[in-house]
Amino acid sequence: MTALSGTHELTRFILRRDRIRILVWIVAIVALAGLTAAGIEGVFPTQAALDQTAAATQHNAAAIAFNGPAQGLNTVGGQVAFQFGAGGMVLVALMSLFMVGRLTRGEEEAGRLELMRSLPVGGLAPTLAASLTVAAMNIAVGVLTIAALLAQGLPAAGSLVFGMSFILIGLVFGGFALVAAQLTENTRVVYGAAGAMLGAAFVLRAVGDIGDGTVSWFSPIGWAQKARPFAGERWWPLLLLLTATVVLVAAAIALAARRDLGAGLVAAQAGRPRASRSLGHPLGLAFRLQRGGLLGWSAGLLVAGIAYGWIAPTVDSFIGQNKALAEILAGAGGANITDSYFAASFRLMALLATGFAIQAALRLRSEETSMRAESVLATPVSRWRWGASHVTVAFAGSVILLGVAGLATGLTYGAAGGDLNRAPGLVGAALFYAPAMWLMVGLAVALVGLMPRLAAASWAVLAACVVAGFLGAVLHLPGWLRNLSPFERVPQLPAKSLTLLPLVVISAVAAGLTLAGLFGLRRRDIGEF
Amino acid sequence: MIDGVSQAISISGLVKGFGSTRALDGLDLSVETGEVHGFLGPNGSGKTTTIRILLGLLRADAGKVTLLGGDPWRDAVRLHRRLAYVPGEVSLWPNLSGGEVIDLFGRLRGDFNRRRRDELLERFQLDPTRKTRSYSKGNRQKVGLIAALASHTELLLLDEPTSGLDPLMEAVFQDCIREVKAEGRTVLLSSHILAEVEALCDRLSIIRLGRVVERGTLDELRHLTRTSITADTEFPAEGLADLPGLHGLEIDGTHVRFEADTDHLDVAVRRLSELGVRSLVSHPPTLEELFLRHYGDELANEPERLQRNRKAKP
Repeated sequence: MTALSGTHELTRFILRRDRIRILVWIVAIVALAGLTAAGIEGVFPTQAALDQTAAATQHNAAAIAFNGPAQGLNTVGGQVAFQFGAGGMVLVALMSLFMVGRLTRGEEEAGRLELMRSLPVGGLAPTLAASLTVAAMNIAVGVLTIAALLAQGLPAAGSLVFGMSFILIGLVFGGFALVAAQLTENTRVVYGAAGAMLGAAFVLRAVGDIGDGTVSWFSPIGWAQKARPFAGERWWPLLLLLTATVVLVAAAIALAARRDLGAGLVAAQAGRPRASRSLGHPLGLAFRLQRGGLLGWSAGLLVAGIAYGWIAPTVDSFIGQNKALAEILAGAGGANITDSYFAASFRLMALLATGFAIQAALRLRSEETSMRAESVLATPVSRWRWGASHVTVAFAGSVILLGVAGLATGLTYGAAGGDLNRAPGLVGAALFYAPAMWLMVGLAVALVGLMPRLAAASWAVLAACVVAGFLGAVLHLPGWLRNLSPFERVPQLPAKSLTLLPLVVISAVAAGLTLAGLFGLRRRDIGEF
Repeated sequence: MIDGVSQAISISGLVKGFGSTRALDGLDLSVETGEVHGFLGPNGSGKTTTIRILLGLLRADAGKVTLLGGDPWRDAVRLHRRLAYVPGEVSLWPNLSGGEVIDLFGRLRGDFNRRRRDELLERFQLDPTRKTRSYSKGNRQKVGLIAALASHTELLLLDEPTSGLDPLMEAVFQDCIREVKAEGRTVLLSSHILAEVEALCDRLSIIRLGRVVERGTLDELRHLTRTSITADTEFPAEGLADLPGLHGLEIDGTHVRFEADTDHLDVAVRRLSELGVRSLVSHPPTLEELFLRHYGDELANEPERLQRNRKAKP
C-alpha cells in the first residue's frame, strides 16, 4: 500500500456523491459564458456600435473597476472578456474553494475522513482525490467555455486564453483553500480565508486597472487579464498562475505531512470555563454563533467600500476630460456619472452582503439537521423564539453590513478628494437596500419553515438576482423578469430620487414571508430531513 | 387517581409514520411518578421517536399522549421547565466550550444550580474549557448529562445517555440516577445496555416494531420466561423429553441441561429429584436472555413488518 492507494475509488465516490452539485456549478458557469457571448452580438450589432462603446468605456473608471482593463473592446471577443471575465473568474474561484473546503476539511471535521482512513486508503489519497475532482471540474468549465465561445465564431487564440485563464484561476484558488484546510480545524475558517484572498485579488486588480496597471500584477485575477484574451494574446502570464498552483499544492502537501488527522497547524485555543452573561437566551446564542461570520463579512464589505470610495473621485475626473461622454452617460443614467457609480456600487455590495443574510437565515436549517436545535427546543424555549432569534440576527446583520459598506465608501470618498459632507447621504443610500435583503431572508425562512428540503434554493434565488443585476442587459432579459429581483426595485440612490412605495412593498413582502416561515416552523416536525 | 399525579407519562395507541414507514404502531407506555422506568428495544424499534414526541418535537399521527399532566405538543414550553433531556448523540456547537454549553442549557431551562454543576464536572472529570470540537463522543455525552443533572427537574428523559462512556463514568452515572430516584424524581431511561437497566430500573417496557411487547418489573418479566437448569443425577436422565415446557434439552448420561418455562419448573424439578440429584445449578433468566427471546425471531418476522409498512402507505 502506498500513500496514494485508493485514490481512484475515492475519486469515483466523490463524483457519485456530489454529482448534482458538480453538474450545477459547471453548467451554470458555462451557460453564463455562452449566453454572454451570444448576447454581446445583439447589444452591439455593428462595428460602429462596438467602436462607440469601446471609446466610451476607455474613460469609464466605474466599469473598469468592476470588470477589468479596457482592452480589445472594439471586438466581440474583447467585450465578452470584459463583461464576463472578472465575474466568471470569481465564480470559478468560488466553485473551487467551496468544493476543496467541503471535500477536505469538511469531511475531516465531520469525522467521516477518519472512517475512510481506517480503510486500506493511503494517507494522501483523500486529499488527492479531492484535488483531482476539483481540477477536473475546472478543466470541464474551461474546455466547455472554449467550445461555447468557438461556437459563437470567436477567434480561436482568444477563446483558448480565456478558457485557460478560467481553469488556472480555479486551480489557484483551490490551492489557497487546500493550504487553508491544513492550517485550521474549522471548515468555515477555510472558506473565510480563501474567500478573503479572492476579495483581495479582486480589489488589487481594480485598483491597478484604474491606475497604470502596476498593482494588478499583485493579483492572480490581474495575471489572467494580463494574458489579454482577444486583445493580442500573451501566454506567459498564464505560466505565473500555473507556478502559483504548483507552489500552493506543494505547500499543502508538505503541511499535511506534518499534522495529525483532525488537527490544524494552528492549535485550537482553550475556551471560557463559564458562559458569559449574554449566552443565556436564544438571541444571545444566535448572535454568538453568527458573530464570527458577521465580523468576517463586515471586514469584506469594509474593504470593498474603501476600494469603491477610493476610486469614486477618479470617476469624476475621467468624465471631466470628456464632456461629450459625460453628457451621454448623464443622459443614460438620469444623473451625474459619480452618482450612477455610487448606485451601482451599493447594489453590488448589497448583493454581496445578502450572502451573509441568507447564511444567517439558513442557520435555522443547519441547526436542525445537525440535531442541535432539538437540544435547545427541549428546554423551555418556544419554536417561535428560537426561529425569531436567528431571523433577528439576519435582519440586524443586513443593516450592519450595509452601514459598514456605506460608511466606508463615504469616508474614503471624502479622504480621497471627494466631498466628505456626502458621507451621511451615502450611508443612507446604502441602507435603503435593507428591505431587499430582508426579503431574501424572508424567502429563506419561508423555505425552512414550509419546505425545509428546498431551503438551499435560497442561494439559487440570490444567484438569479446577481445575474439579473449585472448581466441582465447583456443577456437581453426582459424588463419584467429583471424586475422580479427586489434589488432592481430599490430606488437607485443617489442617482435617482427616493420613492418610498417600493420600499414599503418590499418590506411588507419580507415580513409576510418571514411570518409564514415562522408559522410553518411551529407546525411541522423538527428533525425532518 | 388523576393522570399526571400518579403517572408522569401516559401514552396509549400512539402512531407515528414517516413517509411509508410506520415508526410507532399503537404504542402504549405508562411511567409512574417517582420510578426509574427502563425503555428497551433494538435500534430502529421506535424508542427515539417516542421520546421526540414526548418532547413535542414531532407531532403524533394518532393516539393519546400525556406528559406531566399536559399535552407535549401544545404545552411544550410550559412542560419543558419541568423536564431535562439527554439525547443519545449529543450534538454541540464546535466553537463553544463545554462549560459554556452547560451554562447555556442551564440558563435556558431556568433552573440551574451552579454548585451542583461544578460538583458534577468534578465527578465526571470533564474539562470545561475545551472547545466541544475537540471532545470525544464520551465527553460530549458528559456535557449533556451534566447539563441535565445540574437542574432539579421532576422528570428526566434519557435516550441511551451513556453511549460512549467508559465503565468508571458509567458507575458515576448510575450513582447519579440513584440520587435522582432517592429525591423522588422520575426517570425514563431508554437503553440497550442491559446491565444498566437491570441495575437502575424499577419497571421496564420492551418495545419492538413500534409497539410495547412486554412491561412490568424485572421479576414479573422473568416470570414470563424460562429458568436455566444444569444438573447431575444418580440415574441416567430419562423421562424428561416428554415433559411439557422444557426447551433445549441436552442429556449426556447423567448430566443434563435444559430451560424450563416458569409454569412448568415445578414438574421438571420434581422429575429430577426422582432421578437423584447430585448437583443442581439453576439461574434465573438474565435480561439479555429475555431480550434475545423477544428479538431472536426478528428476522423471521421481517416480511410481516414490511407488509405492515406497505399497508401504512396512503
